[in-house]
Amino acid sequence: MRPNTPTERLYNGIVKENPIFVMMIGICPTLAVTTSAINGIGMGLTTTVILAASNVLISMLRKVIPDSVRMPAYIGVIATLVTIVEFLLKAYLPSLNTALGIYIPLIVVNCIIMGRAESYAGKYPVVPSFFDGLGMGIGFTIGLFCIGTVREVIGSGTFLGLHIMPSSYEPVTMFIMAPGAFFVLALLVALLNKIRDHKLSGVNASNKSENYGCASCGNTKCPSRKNQGGDNQ
Amino acid sequence: MKELLIISVGAALVNNVVLSQFLGLCSFLGVSKKMETAAGMGGAVIFVLTLSSFCTSLIYKFILVKTGMEYLQTIVFIMVIAALVQLVEMFLKKKSPALHKALGVYLPLITTNCAVLGVAIINVQKDYSILEGTVNGFASAVGYTIAIILMAGLREKMEYNDVPKSFQGMPIVLLTAMLMSIAFFGFHGII
Repeated sequence: MRPNTPTERLYNGIVKENPIFVMMIGICPTLAVTTSAINGIGMGLTTTVILAASNVLISMLRKVIPDSVRMPAYIGVIATLVTIVEFLLKAYLPSLNTALGIYIPLIVVNCIIMGRAESYAGKYPVVPSFFDGLGMGIGFTIGLFCIGTVREVIGSGTFLGLHIMPSSYEPVTMFIMAPGAFFVLALLVALLNKIRDHKLSGVNASNKSENYGCASCGNTKCPSRKNQGGDNQ
Repeated sequence: MKELLIISVGAALVNNVVLSQFLGLCSFLGVSKKMETAAGMGGAVIFVLTLSSFCTSLIYKFILVKTGMEYLQTIVFIMVIAALVQLVEMFLKKKSPALHKALGVYLPLITTNCAVLGVAIINVQKDYSILEGTVNGFASAVGYTIAIILMAGLREKMEYNDVPKSFQGMPIVLLTAMLMSIAFFGFHGII
């Protein structure tokens, strides 16, 4: 994939540099609001909107803002956007606003937004910056959704508000309280590490088998065979 | 006096900023590798958080409420905090080079520590007076320091442990945080 195209940016944000599982940034809201899957999605989408908008604005202003005061300028832009979004949520989605509470104004200090402004939007043109923000935001939302789902299913026996566990199931309330958040994130990251290790060893194994395959291969005119010496010619 | 005591115990232990409200997690996980850096960060947070909760309650009570601009609180608070951190750094550099040397590296990091902004907003939400707000800020920072120093001690010990491969790095730290968080749940009976 060519760098800085929209698809590459989306892929980068969702998979390669997923803010939660790979970079481990912005975990304060991640752990605090994911008591249910729907809260996770709400927080994720709110952050996505702010992230995309702040990336666009900062990218537009990147030639205007002097380098020495860029941090305060970025914080100003981000704080303004967060305030606007907070008002919109209060007006149109009051239930989400009460569920997320003080974590909405705290999006200002979410390291993901500042990090993308500093490392991407401040250097690249508007369109890739927009997709960078969008990709990061979607990656963040997916992470929040996963954690929220696990905590909701185990902690209250529901998924998106619907009862899915049998009625004999006793919800493990610990999972929707603070310790459960740490526990679920720890297990999900460990699981991803395991999968990644497995994949890497899988790649190595297939490389090896290719080598064996070449040595036992009958085609002596094969160019890769010559590179390996090909002494039986 | 009794109320202040309740606020401070509540903020430092029962509703610990890090372990039950998840504020300031980035730095809690980031700089808790060594005891020295953890103590430095804790000191810097106590210093800045006490000052910033005083300043933000002052500004909220006497400027924002008086002019009817409470809706600007997020922008004003973050700007005040950023400016304050900058000022504190310049002041320390001039007046107390030793303290500056000890806290210097951590000061700029504090602007983006969500605990600072979070406590300022909590002060407004709970409608604390200026004194109560300052006490709450100080106690929250003490709670943060307790948590980060405990964490650093545990992580120093954990260096020698044989951790399963996929749990190395962040997962084991998060699991430790989980156990600490369960332990801090025990304080819920105090108040």
